[in-house]
Amino acid sequence: MEYRVSPRINDFAVKLANVNGTGSASANGLIMQAIFRMGIPVSGKNLFPSNIQGLPTWYEIRVNGDGHVSRALDYDLMVAMNAQTYDRDLKEVRSGGYVLYDSSWPLDDHLLREDIHLIGVPLARMCIESFAEPRERTLMKNIAYAGAMVALLEIDMAIVEALIKESFSRKPALLASNTRALRLGYDYAKEHFACPLPFRLSPMNANADKILIDGNTAIALGCLYAGVTVAAWYPITPATSVMDGFKNLCEKYRKDPETGENNYIILQAEDELAAIGMVIGAMWNGARAFTSTAGPGISLMNELLGLAYYAEIPVVVVDVQRVGPSTGMPTRTQQSDLLECAYASHGDTKHILLLPGNPAECFDFAVKSFDLADRFQTPVFIVSDLDIGMNDWVVPKLDWDDSYRPDRGRVLTHDEIEALPQFHRFLGENGTQIAPRTLPGVHPKGAYFTRGSGHNKFGLYTEIPDEYQEVMDRLLLKHRAAASAVPPALIEERRNAEFGVITVGGCDAAVREAVENLAANGIFADFMRIRAFPFGREVEQFIADHEFCFVVEQNRDSQLKSMLILETAAPKEKLQSVLVYGGFPLSARTVVDEITRQLTRVPQPVSIRKGK
Amino acid sequence: MPSIAKPAVLHPSAQRNELGLTLRDYEGSMSTLCAGCGHDSVTAAIVRALWELSVEPHKLAKMSGIGCSSKTPAYFVTGAHGFNSAHGRMPPIATGANAANRELLYIGVSGDGDSLSIGLGHLCHAIRRNVRMVYIIENNGVYGLTKGQFSASADVGTKSKKGEANRMAPIDPIQLGLSLGATFLARGFSGDKEQLVPILKAAVAHRGFAIIDVVSPCVTFNDHTGSTKSYLYTRQHRIRATETDYVPPATEILTEISPRGETAVTLHDGSVVRFSAVPADYNPSDRLAVAKFLQENAADGRIVTGLLYVDEATPNIHEMNNTPAKALTSVPWSKLCPGAEMLNALQEEFR
Repeated sequence: MEYRVSPRINDFAVKLANVNGTGSASANGLIMQAIFRMGIPVSGKNLFPSNIQGLPTWYEIRVNGDGHVSRALDYDLMVAMNAQTYDRDLKEVRSGGYVLYDSSWPLDDHLLREDIHLIGVPLARMCIESFAEPRERTLMKNIAYAGAMVALLEIDMAIVEALIKESFSRKPALLASNTRALRLGYDYAKEHFACPLPFRLSPMNANADKILIDGNTAIALGCLYAGVTVAAWYPITPATSVMDGFKNLCEKYRKDPETGENNYIILQAEDELAAIGMVIGAMWNGARAFTSTAGPGISLMNELLGLAYYAEIPVVVVDVQRVGPSTGMPTRTQQSDLLECAYASHGDTKHILLLPGNPAECFDFAVKSFDLADRFQTPVFIVSDLDIGMNDWVVPKLDWDDSYRPDRGRVLTHDEIEALPQFHRFLGENGTQIAPRTLPGVHPKGAYFTRGSGHNKFGLYTEIPDEYQEVMDRLLLKHRAAASAVPPALIEERRNAEFGVITVGGCDAAVREAVENLAANGIFADFMRIRAFPFGREVEQFIADHEFCFVVEQNRDSQLKSMLILETAAPKEKLQSVLVYGGFPLSARTVVDEITRQLTRVPQPVSIRKGK
Repeated sequence: MPSIAKPAVLHPSAQRNELGLTLRDYEGSMSTLCAGCGHDSVTAAIVRALWELSVEPHKLAKMSGIGCSSKTPAYFVTGAHGFNSAHGRMPPIATGANAANRELLYIGVSGDGDSLSIGLGHLCHAIRRNVRMVYIIENNGVYGLTKGQFSASADVGTKSKKGEANRMAPIDPIQLGLSLGATFLARGFSGDKEQLVPILKAAVAHRGFAIIDVVSPCVTFNDHTGSTKSYLYTRQHRIRATETDYVPPATEILTEISPRGETAVTLHDGSVVRFSAVPADYNPSDRLAVAKFLQENAADGRIVTGLLYVDEATPNIHEMNNTPAKALTSVPWSKLCPGAEMLNALQEEFR
């Protein structure tokens, strides 16, 4: 019997299995970027190990003309470049799919499947024959398989060559060998196989106003544009590229053209305790400052986050979540720091969280986080994750309004202080919950003693219950007041919706696609993506408007659901969890399967009418 | 730490400094430390030094961690912002504050628990960064607020109030600083304000991280026989290795060179620190010799005090980071935000 996949244009998924540290990342990125430039919706997910060299690593490319580019689980083409993982990689190809492998060596018989097609390209042999240097022979194998893919998928060769030219414009030798390797793979595929495959690309115009960017770079850009002058950090996966990105940007855009001096300072701290301490010191002094970290860093920062909360010092913390607990899986994605960030530190604390769902929001929310921190004089977290932070996403071009000026909140000027009979640090102003602050060095009358110990509204030490509670109660009201200043939840309603689906962060793409797929099956649901904490009124309303809701999130303990139960009037029974937390980016199929399973498994609060 | 304001009574004959301020203008609220606490003498020395230097009160930032010592910033210069932070975390907070605004004078007051145990790592890295600040360690070898546990600076053999002997080697911040490349190291004794005031003034003028380790006996938990951080023991075993004379910038040096020989070190701002040392050949710029001298004396049970080491050549945090001479907080918005046109252009990279 003949196994075939259906012919498709701009709708397929490729998985590339590589060995890390062999240079495959640039070849995979090249393919992904070329498809982007062809104007076709695409995503690339890097599933990599916590290792420098020698372990298996995968890259997944999904192409979808309709714009659904969450992680696919059905691979039409497997580029199997790692003999260590042939076994599992070949099993993952969908029936009728294709495997591109290095035929310099034969495949073991036990690996063969009668329902898949093999495309053997002697990559190693060709590269040994064409290149002299051992390192070059290894590296060029990657570009050679990229060349074969160009032929098999009908990627625009001119675009690929242009990209290579851009990368190596200053290294002519590398340009020549990359171009040669690309042609080796391309020519071999053209000569030996029917090109293109039944699934292939065709140029579109979907990306004219789009960019290809990862969330960490977008956050770095946001920090640059928000006017950050001080940044402090401790290296940690997957947040390191936030600060690397910020440093690169500062070197380009923050070197004073007249003096050559740096209008910024980046401090690599001795640990995360110090990193957050430096940010607190800088923002206490009136600078805009931030730190970037991941879950383990947040654990260490807990102590000083409580100080910043209680002493009312603005702070911005970027948390690029990875898999916990403990060291967990540093290179895998999860949404398991929600509770930790929302209530970080001992005692009664509540923080503002911004929850971006893609790199474009990473940029916007990064800018917003400083305005909120300054206005509410409190820590603000940008809670991103590895999938958003380290993978390239196609998003609308970032926009900037030149009329933007930082909202520095209530900071008293010299003259305002001068006019006061006496300054008291923690007196809420004009019925707001915000107490004007003073900066050091401005006026002796504005001086006060910042402390994490018990204090009254005048800023003086206290151990008197009423005085202590008065300040704590104002802090709670201040947090509540932030609910109307944070980005509202995104809600998409659908006719005949029977229930709601709530999600957060990078689950966005997969859950939207899932909701559409469910609708195609006659199951209609409204969609809400929560984008901040404290929750706005619309969040509670959405839950109230539905008989029940699924909460889709990437952690074991239903952290978002727990927060919804704690912080809204929603009854617990109305919320059902869909939890996917193994560490890979979410796919729509998983969500559809799980929601369908839960709908059919137990009697539901409402009857689900299928097949309308 | 209840704060008790002092009565505002000023004697008409009170002396005024260049700013027209009296010593009282450099005081803070009433100390709530135990009567006789060494820390209060250190506070008095700080008040004196800042008054003599005519520091503008609001241009000072007082930094501390947690502990008896860390309360003391409340007891001097009410007109300056203070930051009583978290246990051991003052160095990074001061680092961040200094990074943002280098135009303020930073005085950190810490203790041996704060600096040598919970915050030891932070202290080491603040030294390495050479953050420009005065960093005072009020060192009494004991945890006072939690009632008498040994600290990391307790000497081997020293006894607690209950009679228990410490058997672990002490951490000496001066020796530590020497090994980490510290650029200003001094040791004082809270019972000797005359020695401490010029050291403090020199520390203020220093361009980097200035550590002053002050033996400051705890009258409640560590001032008994058997303690090596008591008033009596310190008086008996201390040597004044150097005599420091701080000469402010633009002051003509008229004093005759001492017959014993002197070493003068010119500080970055033009002020001069003159040493006359007990060993005539004491060289405060020779890291190796200073380390040897200190170790030899420590082995003989002597507590060496004085301004012990100065290095004005090593760049400080701002010089290492090539920042402007003015505070980063004063950089205008137009220089911070590259604007819409640039954002548009730079996104070509993401195509």
